[in-house]
Order: sequence, then structure tokens, then C-alpha cells
Amino acid sequence: MSSIWIVRDYENCSGCRRCELACSIHHEGWMWPEASRIRVFMPFPGVEVPHLCAQCDDYPCVESCPVDALSVDSGTTAVIVDEEACIGCGACAKACPGTVPHLHPRNRKAVICDLCGGDPECVKVCREAGYNALRLVHEEMNGHRKLFARNPVDVAKDLAVKLFGEKGEEVIA
Amino acid sequence: MTPRGYAGKYLDVDLSREKIGDITLPEETLEQYFGGRGLGAKILWDRIGDRWSEVDPLGPENVFIALTGPMTGIYPGGRICCTGKSPVSNGTVGSTASTEFAHELRTAGYDGVIVSGRAEEPVYLLVTEGGGEIRDASHLWGTMGEETLRTLNKEVSDELFSRDPDMGLMKEPGMIYVGPAGENMVRNACVMTKLCHAAGYGGYGSVMGSKNLKAIVAKGRGPIPEVYAPEAVKLLWKRAHEHLISRDSFRRQGTGYGGWSTGNFYSSEPIRNWQEEWHDERSIGGPMFETRFWVKKQWSDFNCTTGCMKVSCVKTGRWKGAITDNPDYELQSYCGTNFGIYNPEANIHLSALIDNLGHSGIGGANTMGYAAELYQRGILTEEDLGFELTWGDTEAFDRLARLIAYREGIGDVLAEGTYRAALRIAEMKGLKPEELLTYAVHVKGIEVGAHGTRSDEDFLAHDIGYAVNVQGGDHTSVVRDGYHELSGSVFADSAVICNFARTPQELIFDFAKAVTGYPITVESWRRETGPRIVTLQRALLMLGGPDVTWEPVRDDENPPRFYEPLPSGPFKGRTTDRELVRRRRLVYFETLGWDERGIPTKETLEKLDLSFLEKSMSWLR
Repeated sequence: MSSIWIVRDYENCSGCRRCELACSIHHEGWMWPEASRIRVFMPFPGVEVPHLCAQCDDYPCVESCPVDALSVDSGTTAVIVDEEACIGCGACAKACPGTVPHLHPRNRKAVICDLCGGDPECVKVCREAGYNALRLVHEEMNGHRKLFARNPVDVAKDLAVKLFGEKGEEVIA
Repeated sequence: MTPRGYAGKYLDVDLSREKIGDITLPEETLEQYFGGRGLGAKILWDRIGDRWSEVDPLGPENVFIALTGPMTGIYPGGRICCTGKSPVSNGTVGSTASTEFAHELRTAGYDGVIVSGRAEEPVYLLVTEGGGEIRDASHLWGTMGEETLRTLNKEVSDELFSRDPDMGLMKEPGMIYVGPAGENMVRNACVMTKLCHAAGYGGYGSVMGSKNLKAIVAKGRGPIPEVYAPEAVKLLWKRAHEHLISRDSFRRQGTGYGGWSTGNFYSSEPIRNWQEEWHDERSIGGPMFETRFWVKKQWSDFNCTTGCMKVSCVKTGRWKGAITDNPDYELQSYCGTNFGIYNPEANIHLSALIDNLGHSGIGGANTMGYAAELYQRGILTEEDLGFELTWGDTEAFDRLARLIAYREGIGDVLAEGTYRAALRIAEMKGLKPEELLTYAVHVKGIEVGAHGTRSDEDFLAHDIGYAVNVQGGDHTSVVRDGYHELSGSVFADSAVICNFARTPQELIFDFAKAVTGYPITVESWRRETGPRIVTLQRALLMLGGPDVTWEPVRDDENPPRFYEPLPSGPFKGRTTDRELVRRRRLVYFETLGWDERGIPTKETLEKLDLSFLEKSMSWLR
């Protein structure tokens, strides 16, 4: 199945968080970092991890939803949240191998990247700044994606070693 | 209430009484002082007022203030502004640092934190949408910056997650903290954040230390505060970023190419405590850092696409494990050339060490260079220090940084900062104060940033730049003419945005107007708001006390060294023009409506709505 995916090159991420601002302006109408569908975690300075839906091929979050509020968009393959149906139970976050979904800080509905319908704002601003930590690809669905669904602190621990060598082993508790 | 970019409330903490609550400030005060540097000075006056000269900056009656401004987090480059009565200048400094702490505070619903009193035991503050909490920090006391960060990130993230696990993960909190130097009240110690970012000038790390306050941690989940004209702000936000992205060379180099070029091109870099300002040591050139040590070439702070920071890491050899930013130009020079060190590895190590200890990389390193010159001149001896302190000896400067941070041996004297240490050493050695002050490169107790005035070629500092600066040697706030800088650094420090996220002035002021709805213009800041803030700061600086009081005019001067002729380089023989300083100082005072001694006149105070200062200023006149 053809789908859209956001490639994430962690070491290119500057930590500017303009992706969070562009995302929340698009979805919330205003700058709102913790309501963003993409969030850049920084468990240690210099170690920035863009955290967003990896679009696993088996969609455990969709499977886990007790009220069928989540579905897969047939065009983009993004997970779509039916806010009317969502009861804010948090089952999707627990089912996700990377704990990517989170509840909206105000209405407590699940927040998951919808790829902005195919033209994601986060990718646009990252490309505009020349970082290309986020890139859009059109490709076949593949099983590797699920391996990107990881807790951001675990990702950061690996990335710290890549950046800092041996010292990287100890910077994140 | 009309949205004006403010979250709307401030956290008011009394550590002595363990009382914590929310306060609001009148809208008129916000419009008159905006935020950060300006508002901080006003809050200080309101809290301390006529008792200013009696209040010990390191006593419980001082107030530590961390403020944002209405544009913080919205305009590119979010910062926090730390202030209080300064233990080095005895006036006030708006000391800013780039950090995620700023927007975390605002998204938690607070524009700032005001801390008075002194805790019995070490504490830290946690600020969330639920309010403020005073928490035990005994397990953090004594830790270096890196460990403080690591421990608090984990501890606070885990706890906030456990309070509402269904919400899923939230990003780590933002924080400001002090290292051992702040804890031990090294006078010029920094408030630290993000491992290697610092609110450097003013010595507010020691103020936090004096209150037994290890850190302030904030985590918000709400939106960035609403603004007056959101659609206009979104458009201006895009345009601001376009400007920043177009600055290609600054984005590539940051200030991390300055270690060679500032000395080599402009002859304005501190070398061996300013004995020279020119060098041609290409080993400390930008590409030598970039090629071998920059593991991240574009490192940004919140909402900034300039990315002037670069993450450095030493992965091999004697200094393996040192992590810092570029280092930026100030630390490349102050922890490099100023120590006679031209080796990037040693420079990265010393910068990282200074950050970890919570020293000021400018102030603390200036004092260390000062001590090394005294050693060179035989005034301080191996017996005084416990070791040889030779230029270029990385191990020796490493040792000295630790001695000062822990106030051990001679470190206890040097921990008083360059000016006070000079007086103490004069006393120790039975010398006249001026014999020691002649090598002390400070203005009103604040060690001078790494931009000399002698060549007159520097891109920041000239003649009266520091001499009449209400923030002394602070290079981020140098005076140009009492007019232009008021819509520049004075505005940026009060809006609490980054001076390096520079876009055209019209854009910045359109942005400010769209955020607040106030009728703000470049002119209104140059003629009214800026003068109000600087005049208030001048008043507090000249009130000073209790341990130090500055003499108008006599102390509105450059350090003696800035009048010695440059001994080397293409501008050899040049020096700061003393007569020009005298004339420009008078013009500056006149421009701001101060008398010939720089004391604000009654008419000026009335015009700027500062009549509350009249009583103490009439006493100074």
C-alpha cells in the first residue's frame, strides 16, 4: 500500500521547536507546544528527539481503542482521531510501543499526527530552515516504521552516545 | 481582559515563611515597564524602595526575580530575565539567558517568579498549572550542573507523569539552576540553564544560593499566552523567521568563529587579562572547533531558527567527555586567550567546567585571569595559591576554577569578584587599593565582556559603551548614545527576546504592537519607555550599598587598562580617548535628562512618571 511518511533524522534536529508551533497553529489556531502532534523532547541539552506517530503497519493504537474512535486514512495512512467518539481513556497511548499519542491538555481527546491531510506543516518549516530533520516521503508501507515508535528518552539515550561517544552513556538518567 | 501576550500572573514566594501564592500586577505598570529588565527594576523598587542602600544583596531581604516578557516564546528566541539587587554592582541588571524554562513558565500560566526570604534547608521550586511548590533539594545541593539537570529532568518528569498517566508523555520541564559557585555565593556566579546557557551578568547565581534555592523548574501544558492581534502575529512570526534564515554566515558560524577573528581583525579580545587584545593564533579559529568538535552544527533555543549555538564535545584525550556549546565567542576568549590558551580542546574543557560549576564564563574567568596577572607580577605567589598559575597552563586554571567555586584557600578571596578581590588582596599585601585596581578590568563591579574599546574597531564597544552603562561591564547592554540602544538591548531585555534573533527594528516593533496592542513604536521606546527603565536602573545603581557605593563621574569610567596603549597588532599604540569619554559622558547624561553627575533631575523623574525616586535622588544631588 502506498503511503506518506515523515522521515526523522534526529541528529539534524536543532531543537528549535518551530515544528511544534507550526503544527499547533494549524490544528489549534495558536502556538501550543504541548498540544502539538509533533513534540521535540530534550532529555539532555543537545540531544533533541522529534516525537511523532511512526505509522506502524499493524496500528496497535487503532486496535486498542475501546470506542473505535481511531481509523486509518486510506490516502495518507495517517491515524485519524474522531474527537466526538474519543472518551480520553488513554488506551492508545498505552498500546503504542513509543507512547506517542497523548491527550489534549484541555479537552482530553487523543492527539495523533494526521499528516495535515498530506502536506504536513512541520516538514515545511523544518525544510524552510534547512535542517531537514523531518522529510516527507511517498513510499510503500513497511515494517521498519514500527521500530521508530520508541519512548523518546530511550531514543535520546542512543542518540547521546552517537553525539558524545562514551560520555553519552551517562548523561541521561 | 484584553489579551496582551501576558499569562496574567506572577508566582510570589517567601522562602522564609514558606508562603507561596499568585499575584497580578496593574496593567499600567506592565505598559510602562513591559517585562524582564524594566519590570524587574520596578518590582524591586516596589519591594525595597527607600531601604535600597541598606539591603544586603546576599541577605534574605533581597529579592530574586525571574521574568519573561509579553513577546517571550512568541517572537523567535525565548529567554528568561533574572534580576534582583546585584551583589556585584549593588544596582540591578536584567540578566537574560535562552531557555525552554521561559515558555514552560508561561504555558503554566505565569509571567515570572518573585522569590524573597531564605529557606532553612536547600529547596527548589516546581511551577505547574496547579501553582508553585517548594520542594526539598538536599539531594541536589553540591551537584554540578550536569547532574542537577539529569536528576531533575528524571525526577520531575516521572512525577508529573504519575500524577496523570492517562495523559501520556509530556516533554521534560524547563529549569534554571545554580552550580556549586552559586551555592557558595561566589559573587559573580551565574544562573545556569541548559547545561551551558547562563544569565551571566549581575551575580544572580549567588543570590539564588544565598536563598538556599537550587533551582526553579517549570512545566506548562497550556497554550502560549494569547495576543492582541493573533493573525498579524502569525504573519510577522513567519517574516521574522525568514529574516533569521537568510542570515547564512551567522547561522553557520554563530559566535564560535570569534576566538580568532575578534583578536585578529579588530584587536579587541582579552588576552592574558587584557595585556594584549591582538593575536594571530589560528589554532583557535572557528574551523578548528567545527571540524573536530562540533557534533551538532545547528543548535537552537525555543522558537529560533538562527541556531547560533553549536554543540561541542571532546571525545578523546585528556579532556574527554567535555560538552558545551561552541564555545561561544565570550568563552572562547575569556576561557581561552584570556588564560593564554589557544587550544580548542582545553578551551572546551574549561568552558564546560566553568558552566558545570556555575561560574560566570565572563566574570569568573575575568577574576581568574586577574589572579594570573597578579601571579605574573609577583603580587600573588605560589604560597598564596598553592600552585603555579602560569599563562597557558590548563591544569592550573582548572584547579583555580574549583578553588573559587568552593571558596577554598585563595578561592575564598577571588570568589568576591575582581573588584572586591582586588581590595581584599591589597589589604592582605599591605598595598594601596589603586595598585591592585590598576589591573582589574571591571566597571562598577561588573567584569567587562570580551570586547575592548582601545582599538575602536570592535563591533560592539566604544568609548562610553561600558563607562556609563547602567549594567557596568555588560557587553550585551553597551551604551551607544542614550538613544539607539533603548530600542535595542533595553527593549530586547524587557520584552525578554533574544538580541541575536535580530530582524529589522520596524518588524520587531510591529510585532510588539501586535502582541500587546499597546501603541509601541521605536520612538516611544527611545524617548519614553527606554529612558524610564534606564533612569530607574541608574538611580538604583547610584544608591548602591551597603558594602559598595559608586561615586558619580569618577566611577563612570573605563578600567585603567583601557587607557594603556595597545602593545601589539595593527592598531598598536591606539588607546581609548579619555577626553572623548569625558565629553560623550556629559552628552549621554544630558540626553537622558540627568545632571552633570548623572543624577536624574526632578523634571526628568516627573516626565518619566518616576517621581517616587525624587526623595532618594534629591539626597544624591
